[in-house]
Amino acid sequence: MADTQREISVSEFFAKNRHLLGFDNPRKALLTTIKEAVDNSLDACEEAGILPEILVEIDQLEEDRFRVAIEDNGPGIVKAQIPNIFGKLLYGSKFHSRRQSRGQQGIGISAAGLYGQMTCGKGPRIWSKTERGKMHQFEMQMDLTKNKALITKDEEHKDWHRKQGTRFEIDIEATYQRGLRSVDDYIKQTAVSNPHALIRFRAPGMTEEHIYERAVTEVPDLAEEIKPHPYGVELGELMKMLRNTNSRWLSSFLQEEFCRVGPKVAKDIIKAANLGERSYPSRIAREEANNLYRAIQKSKISAPPTTCLSPIGEERITEGLMKECDADFYAVSTRPPSVYRGNPFQIEVGIAWGKPGGDQLEVDEKGRIEKKKKKRTTDTEDLLGNADDTVRILRFANRVPLLFQQAGCGFTKAVMQTSWKNYGLSQSKSSLPIGSAVIFIHMASVWVPFTSEAKEAIAQYPEILKEVKLALQEVGRKLGVHIRRGKKVSSEFQKRSYIEKYLPHVGIGLQEILGLSMEDREEVVEALRDTMETTRKI
Amino acid sequence: MAAKKKVVKKITAKKGVKRTVGPYEKKGNKDLKSVALQSIQEVATDVYRTASKGILPDMTMPQRNLANVTYDPKMGYFELKGNMKTRTLDVNSVKTFAQTLRLMSLAKDMVGDDDFATKREAYYVSKNWGDAKFNEQRESDMVLDDIEGMFSVKDVTREILRFVPEEHGGSVVGALTVIDRDPETGEAIRSDCAAMGSGAYTVPSSVDHLGFETTADFVLAIETGGMFQRLNHHRYWRTANCILVEMGGVPTRATRRFVRRIADGLKLPVFAFVDCDPYGICNIYRTLKVGSGQAAHVNETFCVPTAHYLGVTPQDIIDFGLEDATHPLLPVDIKRAKDALKNDPFFQAYPKWKAALKQMLKMGVRAEQQAFAKWGLNFVIEEYLPVKMKQIHKFLP
Repeated sequence: MADTQREISVSEFFAKNRHLLGFDNPRKALLTTIKEAVDNSLDACEEAGILPEILVEIDQLEEDRFRVAIEDNGPGIVKAQIPNIFGKLLYGSKFHSRRQSRGQQGIGISAAGLYGQMTCGKGPRIWSKTERGKMHQFEMQMDLTKNKALITKDEEHKDWHRKQGTRFEIDIEATYQRGLRSVDDYIKQTAVSNPHALIRFRAPGMTEEHIYERAVTEVPDLAEEIKPHPYGVELGELMKMLRNTNSRWLSSFLQEEFCRVGPKVAKDIIKAANLGERSYPSRIAREEANNLYRAIQKSKISAPPTTCLSPIGEERITEGLMKECDADFYAVSTRPPSVYRGNPFQIEVGIAWGKPGGDQLEVDEKGRIEKKKKKRTTDTEDLLGNADDTVRILRFANRVPLLFQQAGCGFTKAVMQTSWKNYGLSQSKSSLPIGSAVIFIHMASVWVPFTSEAKEAIAQYPEILKEVKLALQEVGRKLGVHIRRGKKVSSEFQKRSYIEKYLPHVGIGLQEILGLSMEDREEVVEALRDTMETTRKI
Repeated sequence: MAAKKKVVKKITAKKGVKRTVGPYEKKGNKDLKSVALQSIQEVATDVYRTASKGILPDMTMPQRNLANVTYDPKMGYFELKGNMKTRTLDVNSVKTFAQTLRLMSLAKDMVGDDDFATKREAYYVSKNWGDAKFNEQRESDMVLDDIEGMFSVKDVTREILRFVPEEHGGSVVGALTVIDRDPETGEAIRSDCAAMGSGAYTVPSSVDHLGFETTADFVLAIETGGMFQRLNHHRYWRTANCILVEMGGVPTRATRRFVRRIADGLKLPVFAFVDCDPYGICNIYRTLKVGSGQAAHVNETFCVPTAHYLGVTPQDIIDFGLEDATHPLLPVDIKRAKDALKNDPFFQAYPKWKAALKQMLKMGVRAEQQAFAKWGLNFVIEEYLPVKMKQIHKFLP
């Protein structure tokens, strides 16, 4: 038995369990590859304070093989880091940081490279240039057992067509299809949640790029990194922190390793745990650590600072929705920050309602209603469904669209638990409402609780559900006011069209009996129309 | 108005004497044609002026329902109480408003051209009005009734406005000669209602121009065609020296007016012979005698206040042994009878009627005219009518 026992490398594990990371099938593999690369690019640009400009290219090589390239104008990567970032699983800067970012684990992009190498035999190709440095071109093969990259090509060029940036290219086995949960869908949704990004997308077989223009020209504020909040730390992690700390005393350990712990709070916790302020952290045994853990949970500690969060903001969400989703009505709400398990988070909800393109009724100051044809402004695939379809939910975590597992997502549950009938949409019991509407839900957090490593659905923490529901109610109320007014105007319009239909006959009757001239007849009908329109209130 | 009201006179028939009456001429002899034209003009002018001033115009007309009539036995017919309804131009009324004006315009043309339109024709005329057309004749009939009501205060009737019902009046046989005139030549045409063979004279839609001649003693107004045929076939009118009129359900305006004219003009008593059920009593007989709530504005001349109720009465069911030839009252019958007791001013005015209706409700049954066939097909001629005619004083009012 002992002979057959041996260590399993992360890469090997992944090779056998690629569905865990979103490579279950060729179609999803294509999407996941692009998604991981775009996430990285956006993160990199924002960290460097650069307005992102991202190019996504897909070329079909064979029937089931595609070459995918993602290029950005980010800061570029220093030469030494390139093999690690792209060739090693679970290598990254974001896993240990408590800062809001798109990527978390440091698996994504290297997993894409690995997937490509396994399905098409070729490892990833990287071009990267920093502002001052030279352009480096790498080709690599990944060593599955050692979880590291073998560089097969390493060239230096003086010039590149960009001042700075990174290009990632990989051949993968994939299927390209449009529609829901497609690459197109993902890019469009990314454009909604990142109105500051310019995205160019060239689909397979196309020579022209589809350009998603940016609607705002400011880079979002970079979220600050924070220390963990005491409430969010579990016993095991607490013990690890006690072992590894540089603090000499328990009191300073609490104050230095956690946020929101000052001398007073530290004193209270230690007293409640029946320990001494000057205990050595590294000597605290399991039993005492448990007391400390319990004491932390019982103590009153203020909520973590929210400077670590970078919400998109109501204005930008509106811009993003208006840009990619042409609707009659928009309402957006950004909730104040809240906390789950010691992790600060913030919920933002937007709604776009009403398919334009039909007739619009407008009321002027005098109370007249006019019918206006509204022109469609976008020609892209429609996010808005028909009035008898269920509403479309766009879910985002740290600005990244979540395309899969809608049914298992906490956001979806919150939408279903909200009573939309009050807001003018029809809804059968505990299901999604019906209507031509898109509901945008974004969670910004230092640590987004996904239900799986593929980052597809948000876990159903009560604190999160509550915040989402409150935000939904806020936009719902605004929507309700709009829909009710619309209904009123349209029923009034119908009544007025009815009047309009028969008034001329009053004129004809009067003309025939009294022998009026045509002008007299028109005049009296006009007078009646005027009187009726202005005496009717909306 | 008050001056025109006539009190019902007691009519006593002079047996077998020949009497005549010429075409009807309204006292005061107003030129109703120009009154009609003038009224139409006035209503339209009023609407026009109001509308031009920026005010929503309206039209006022009497409410036409039982709640808006009173009954005084001395006057003899349902009179309007004077409750008015005002139709203001708004979203709910704009279509009817337009249609009213357009039908008034049609009436104006017809009065001017001396033409007429049946109610059905008026309905079809509207089909040329585009959006304002009527979808069903029921709608145009309602508007016509409204127009008639609106002008009734000036004694202008639907007939003067040249709208005629397309349904013909009832059938007539017996000792009566009707003197009509040829619409083209104006020549007199005499129709002897005793010389109709197995057929009958049909009451025309308009009867005021008719003259009459008779030697009969009374008029018998019959509900059903079946009974009318039996009495006609066996020449009951000859043996009883009377005039038989078939009403065919609720008598049309023309039939009511026809019976009224021979009753008034020839001094003939009128007896009604209908089914013993709430419909026969509360609708057919009541409308014949005092008119209806719907057409209350024309009741004065379109009913027969001197009519009396021969039968079949609830008491007849017992007296003539019809108990096993009855049917139970249906819920709709019971409702009709109770409604009449509660809301109909006519029945409320006569304790005898109240008693009769209560008796019927208590018995819980109804009997048809033809139920007498139980005792033999001609029992009604040989027994029932002769027995009843001997006790005219017992007839219900």
